[in-house]
Amino acid sequence: MTAQIDRLIADLGADLRPVRRLSAPILRAAGWLLLVATLAIVLAYFANLPAIAHRLRFVPDMWLAVLGSTLTTVLAAIAAFELSFPDRKPVWALLPLPGLALWVAATGMGCLRAWVIPDTHAADMAEATHCFRFIVLLSIPLSIAMILMIRRACPLRPNLTAATGGLAVAAAAATLLNFFHPYDAGATDMVVHILAIGLVIGANRVLGGRLLTPKTFARRL
Amino acid sequence: MAAASQRAAELDGEWSAMMAAAQTGDRIAYERLLRGCTPLIRRVVMRQGVYADRADDVVQEVLLTIHRARQTYDPARSFSAWLCAIAQRRAIDALRRRGRQDRREVFAPLDYENHPDPSDARQHGMTESMQDASMRGAIDELPDGQREAIEMLALQQMSLDDAAIATGKTKGALKVNMHRALKTLRARFGGDLG
Repeated sequence: MTAQIDRLIADLGADLRPVRRLSAPILRAAGWLLLVATLAIVLAYFANLPAIAHRLRFVPDMWLAVLGSTLTTVLAAIAAFELSFPDRKPVWALLPLPGLALWVAATGMGCLRAWVIPDTHAADMAEATHCFRFIVLLSIPLSIAMILMIRRACPLRPNLTAATGGLAVAAAAATLLNFFHPYDAGATDMVVHILAIGLVIGANRVLGGRLLTPKTFARRL
Repeated sequence: MAAASQRAAELDGEWSAMMAAAQTGDRIAYERLLRGCTPLIRRVVMRQGVYADRADDVVQEVLLTIHRARQTYDPARSFSAWLCAIAQRRAIDALRRRGRQDRREVFAPLDYENHPDPSDARQHGMTESMQDASMRGAIDELPDGQREAIEMLALQQMSLDDAAIATGKTKGALKVNMHRALKTLRARFGGDLG
């Protein structure tokens, strides 16, 4: 062992403080999902719940889209927290794929219905802009909470972890958007949703990835 | 074989207990653990393809990561697996960093050879040594492609474009031949080549 490594070990020993062991990733993911659920309850207070229930009853693909985005939220959150632990394999990043597939397929179906069936009220540009703002703004607090929680662990793949967390955040925001989305997703609306979700994932990947990358190595070595 | 795996399991159990103690702030157990597992870290790092001269740096990065990630270790899981995952990842990061660095930093021996510092007295020595019979002999002994490259690019100071036209070879091939020729000459003259 070189003198440099020996000195580093002594330094690390001197720096040692008792730490509280982190709970299992799935429990940590549940903590973040609880935050999303709390936000959902608050938003539900302002939403027209009977109208939403009516839509859900009569438009089956909306059910599937909500189920898909909710499933994506849950699975991506679990994947992100699993990836934040050093000994977890990167294959965890594939976990949200089934939810994502269902979400994309059901949203596409809704978009197709709005295109084929006459007199369907699809979102116009103003409504699509509202969707974009809603998804992006709601993503900010959810992303901050996600990154803060993930930072307490030690992701060895910060970019992948942050992007997976970003997917959970974007899916959660898109799910909560349904409280204020009383119309079908037209082509424009769908493109705007995709752009907003892409922006949230990209921002998380770039900013979150940087925040999750420890700087201590560069300083120390 | 069975005895070796039993010993490995015992060692893993010991390390796991030491890490659990370190999580509560036991400095002695922690330092013993880090010293004990350093050879394994080095083996894992070198198995990933990190050269021996860089291995110490990567081992230090792994030790720092262990320190930063110690709250994520669950004593119900294998410590060796946790440690190896960190060591492998840090080795891959180091190799990628090295790769990026190599791509950013252009290795251009021709620039050094063709544009010597006029204030550097050693260049005059270089001229003398180029005139030296032993240098001429060494150049003559080079394979055809390498000799051609060094004569045109270094001795006649032709540009890469002109040399490529003159020889009918690509600029890449000329650079490779020049690089190999310089390497051979450096090895022969003990690195004392300009």
